[in-house]
Amino acid sequence: MIHSLFLINHSGDIFLEKHWKSVVSRSVCDYFFEARENAGSPENVPPVLQTPHHYLISIYRDRLFFLSAVQTEVPPLFVIEFLHRVAEMFQDYFGECSEVVIKDNVVIVYELLEEMLDNGFPLATESNVLKEMIRPPTILRSVVNTLTGGSYIGETLPMGQLSTIPWRRSGVKYTNNEAYFDVIEEIDAILDKSGTTVFAEIQGVIEACIKLSGMPDLTLSFMNPRLLDDVSFHPCVRFKRWESERVLSFIPPDGNFTLMTYHVSTQNLVAIPVYVKQSIGFFESGSCGRLDLTVGPKQTMGKTVEGMMITIHMPTAVLSANLTATQGSHTYNPITKVLVWDVGKLNPQKLPNLRGSLSLQSGAPKPEENPSLNINLKIQQLAISGIKVNRLDMYGEKYKPFKGVKYVTKAGRFQVRT
Amino acid sequence: MTDSKYFTTTKKGEIFELKAELNSDKKEKKKEAVKKVIASMTVGKDVSALFPDVVNCMQTDNLELKKLVYLYLMNYAKSQPDMAIMAVNTFVKDCEDPNPLIRALAVRTMGCIRVDKITEYLCEPLRKCLKDEDPYVRKTAAVCVAKLHDINAQLVEDQGFLDTLKDLISDSNPMVVANAVAALSEIAESHPNSNLLDLNPQSINKLLTALNECTEWGQIFILDCLANYTPRDDRESQSICERVTPRLSHANSAVVLSAVKVLMKFMEMLPKDLDYYGTLLKKLAPPLVTLLSAEPELQYVALRNINLIVQKRPEILKHEMKVFFVKYNDPIYVKLEKLDIMIRLASQANIAQVLAELKEYATEVDVDFVRKAVRAIGRCAIKVEQSAERCVSTLLDLIQTKVNYVVQEAIVVIKDIFRKYPNKYESVIATLCENLDSLDEPEARAAMIWIVGEYAERIDNADELLESFLEGFHDESTQVQLQLLTAIVKLFLKKPTETQELVQQVLSLATQDSDNPDLRDRGYIYWRLLSTDPVAAKEVVLAEKPLISEETDLIEPTLLEELICHIGTLASVYHKPPSAFVEGSRGVQHKRLPVRTGSGESAESPDTSSAAGISEAPPAVIPSQGDLLGDLLNLDLTPPTTTGPLPPASGLQMGAMDLLGGGLDSLLGGDMGGSPALGAGFGAPPAVAPASLSAPVGGGLGDLFDLGGGVGLPMGFYIPPKTVWLPAMKAKGLEISGTFGRRAGVIQMEMTLTNKAMSVMTDFAIQFNRNSFGLAPAGPLQVLTPLNPNQTIEVSLPLNTVGPVMKMEPLNNLQVAVKNNIDVFYFSCQYPINMLFVEDGKMERQVFLATWKDIPNENESQFQIKDCHLNSDAASNKLQGSNVFTIAKRTVDSQDMLYQSMKLTNGIWVLAEMRVQAGNPNYTISLKCRAPEVSQCVFQCYEAVLKN
Repeated sequence: MIHSLFLINHSGDIFLEKHWKSVVSRSVCDYFFEARENAGSPENVPPVLQTPHHYLISIYRDRLFFLSAVQTEVPPLFVIEFLHRVAEMFQDYFGECSEVVIKDNVVIVYELLEEMLDNGFPLATESNVLKEMIRPPTILRSVVNTLTGGSYIGETLPMGQLSTIPWRRSGVKYTNNEAYFDVIEEIDAILDKSGTTVFAEIQGVIEACIKLSGMPDLTLSFMNPRLLDDVSFHPCVRFKRWESERVLSFIPPDGNFTLMTYHVSTQNLVAIPVYVKQSIGFFESGSCGRLDLTVGPKQTMGKTVEGMMITIHMPTAVLSANLTATQGSHTYNPITKVLVWDVGKLNPQKLPNLRGSLSLQSGAPKPEENPSLNINLKIQQLAISGIKVNRLDMYGEKYKPFKGVKYVTKAGRFQVRT
Repeated sequence: MTDSKYFTTTKKGEIFELKAELNSDKKEKKKEAVKKVIASMTVGKDVSALFPDVVNCMQTDNLELKKLVYLYLMNYAKSQPDMAIMAVNTFVKDCEDPNPLIRALAVRTMGCIRVDKITEYLCEPLRKCLKDEDPYVRKTAAVCVAKLHDINAQLVEDQGFLDTLKDLISDSNPMVVANAVAALSEIAESHPNSNLLDLNPQSINKLLTALNECTEWGQIFILDCLANYTPRDDRESQSICERVTPRLSHANSAVVLSAVKVLMKFMEMLPKDLDYYGTLLKKLAPPLVTLLSAEPELQYVALRNINLIVQKRPEILKHEMKVFFVKYNDPIYVKLEKLDIMIRLASQANIAQVLAELKEYATEVDVDFVRKAVRAIGRCAIKVEQSAERCVSTLLDLIQTKVNYVVQEAIVVIKDIFRKYPNKYESVIATLCENLDSLDEPEARAAMIWIVGEYAERIDNADELLESFLEGFHDESTQVQLQLLTAIVKLFLKKPTETQELVQQVLSLATQDSDNPDLRDRGYIYWRLLSTDPVAAKEVVLAEKPLISEETDLIEPTLLEELICHIGTLASVYHKPPSAFVEGSRGVQHKRLPVRTGSGESAESPDTSSAAGISEAPPAVIPSQGDLLGDLLNLDLTPPTTTGPLPPASGLQMGAMDLLGGGLDSLLGGDMGGSPALGAGFGAPPAVAPASLSAPVGGGLGDLFDLGGGVGLPMGFYIPPKTVWLPAMKAKGLEISGTFGRRAGVIQMEMTLTNKAMSVMTDFAIQFNRNSFGLAPAGPLQVLTPLNPNQTIEVSLPLNTVGPVMKMEPLNNLQVAVKNNIDVFYFSCQYPINMLFVEDGKMERQVFLATWKDIPNENESQFQIKDCHLNSDAASNKLQGSNVFTIAKRTVDSQDMLYQSMKLTNGIWVLAEMRVQAGNPNYTISLKCRAPEVSQCVFQCYEAVLKN
């Protein structure tokens, strides 16, 4: 199973190591550094590497590498999933996942890692359970602790680990009982230069924030559950009920968690909320080019598109851009060759436009590659797939909770080719 | 106030300061100090000097402090074993604590301290904890058994912990079950044949119940364990599938992939016409697609596995082509995998879409990716015949872009398209020729030259084109040189009148001015061919070529089956069986998909299916003569790939010179004497080859057959399958596996050397220690070329028996030293004694009788061979292959008595009487020998020969 973990920062320093079995020398990371060198950018480092005595399985997240060494045949997805879980736990505990914050809380980090794995086997990875054993630092608590000599470690046995519902701690009590659900959909799409959809799908996720006392048993139903192609649930969801009745029935964990993720695939028609009219061209001579972009709303179901932003990776020969926008701001970074146009809110009456000239390195040949456009956007109060929550019922407790559902649609990996 | 302050103290007196603080009376100060120590430890500073002071802090009721001290102990106990003993008492006490959290923590920590002395004290607390009333303690203890096994396997077995662990599989708490499975799986990995996870329908049912209730990680362990089970029939298989299917909706991708593995494997047993089979196929697609929307690292592993799945069952994802379309900001490793899968899914129905995409990719920034995309277009053309024309025109469009590497890559794939569809797309040749000058990569140049040579008759200026290449002949790479030579010869055969000068020029360049043996040999072959029989030359050089097909890049079916059983593991990422890369792979069992058995025939099915579960390592394959000849011919046929050396032209005689025709004389000019190495005429090698490639020997003894009952040919000499003698981890990356055999009276030690290190290995040599039969290498170890990383070579070392003699224990033990440029490695192996049986080991009947009587009875030993289902004739045949000769056969009361003799290389005779009762699978063998020590070894070889 998982033997050792090394945390490596952007400049290639190992700033934390943890071994769950015998100690593996950190020189094993040299193979990784070699691969890192060969890969060019950090995103391109292959996640599974073989060395004479170990396998190195790594993830790259928040500008940090989480590198684990394993010695036996272990499912790599198991390791990768676990590493992401570690990163999420740091995020959850410290609000961010960065070298500084990990160093600031190194003892908690160490205790967490010790609690998460035993002999390389995952032990407790549920945030609810961990928080019962190791309390996250808060300003208040660290002040109190320094004054009283109190500790971060819980004195009780995490009961959740033993019950059949390990995700919920017992004895939860709130004065205001609330249950909120965020239905977030991301559109992954590729449009070709004429604007036709090459590929589009929707990745949906329902994030829940549940603050309910006792042991509530919830049932959530949809108006149109057939829309969902593939679903994956938090372990709390009773799969049988979903199979037979298409409702989500569950005893929720306390606090924030991801209730389900779903997928609406290419087989169904996916509405594309915006269109981009673009022309980017370079002249055969004169070392310059032209850029003209117009964006406008398409299928938005009457909602407003906000946070519109277009990112373009220009060919390396492009030195600078002299552009004017009718709306929003734009910047061109001549080092990373990234042009960003922050459009903001889309006004259907007055379509935003960005146009102007691009100047190339003198003497450079006309670039061959066509830069792709990456699009970000946000539409509030709309789930683009059309999914709608019908009702939420609560059983097992007497009080009346406050309930709420919010919808938002975003662009995921949304690209327009030119 | 944050922990980062602990990092800042780097002053000299740091350790002293900490020491003082650790011994402070104030609780808070103590804790702060321990924290500082831990922080230093995490960043790799050596704080082991503080061991006694930290251990002193252990006796506390503060849980946090206790945990911190435990953390420290786990890290440093190894380097301070004597000190660590001081902690034992506290551990033992904590294991009795009323708080289960503390009990579990103590047993967990104790298991992490890898010190023998501490381990001894661990046994009793562990035994108690395994039976603890609290499941939290039990599940922790289960993992602890695995830890202990890693430190001291013998101890775990002696103490009976394995049995307790097996009992935990039936525990009432699902988490305990999952951890027990995990621990057993880990232990089983180092004991491949121990049958620890003995799965039967009852235990399977327990596991499936636990599967629903345990954590995501536990589900992975259970699913991976389930995948090793072979259901009895299709009904059981279906019911397992039904219970595993809900796991496909899990949020954890590792759970999903492990479930996919179980389903892919068990599906094999379902009848294809079953409704459920179709339902299951449909259910598999969405979760696989969803895996592709996860983080790129997860995507990569998923894609590698999907690559296997689409090869095994293309129908699952045939409608999902679009999800494999590449996004420009995918990491390169994801892009390349997606591309590969797109080609595998390409069909007539979706080819238009695929081509449009590929063309798009060909204008991307990343050069590697662009090349792969261009190549992919070629693969599409070869795979989907209807699309070939479209592909060719797409490639032509790309050539028009004049982007150098795109053009070169396009030419390489167009050559392959010509190989698949000869005489169909020649119209494009003109366009290709325009780009001749821009080609600077050997592969592209070679491809272009091949095209020119192949279609020389349709290219007006083919001779000029080829001549232009010839100018810089010596600067070209071998690949181009070989291709150029062949192309010019083709040209000469097609247009003999105008190109005589050119062909002479290239032949002399290849044969006289080149140091490259491949090139020279090929040159000579052509030269001889052209000069002796131009008609034959035409037939050989311009022969019709076999068409290429897309199968070339598919994974070989048996390997694919094995890999399907390993979905989700590292093997599936590398597309290699685990035995090829897992260290100490001695025990890795080859897995196979189960064979479909209907429920009706379940009576016999357990036998067949369990037999299918275990497959033997394939014996070393001796290339049949056809292959080698094929290779020889292929020199002409497969354009750039063949660079391997020609087999030695064994038919070469000096007299062959006489055969040289006049034409060659004039070509050679006065230089006749300068080329004695000239190969034999092309006609000769086929005639000679069969003799030089001695097929497996053993059959040459057929004439010794004079027994009435013997039918059929004697079997070949029994050679046991190769076993790993020297695992890579013991020899700095060199792995040696091998076996012994006897060929034409010569003992052969056959070895497979594998370089699993990162550097090249050279200078191999071998030596034996003195041994019972004086075995010694008859020559040096023939490893001529350096062994590159990940390369494997087969070596056969002839042995003689004239070396120094010393009796070994066991008798057939052989100690070997192997040296290479890195180090000297030692290993010992046991050889089967039958390789010492000489061919003239057949005794006269009379002598046999006399000798049998003569040898005293106390020298007789009797053995039983169980479960051998051969009849006496077949057995006698088999044994004869290994030089055990049957002298007489007698049948008394339906019991066959075979009298046999064999002779060892050192002249010791062994006489045997074998009794075979019809219908009884147990043989009785009595051995008589003047040196009774050998009897045991001889019996072993009887058993090995008869059972294989």
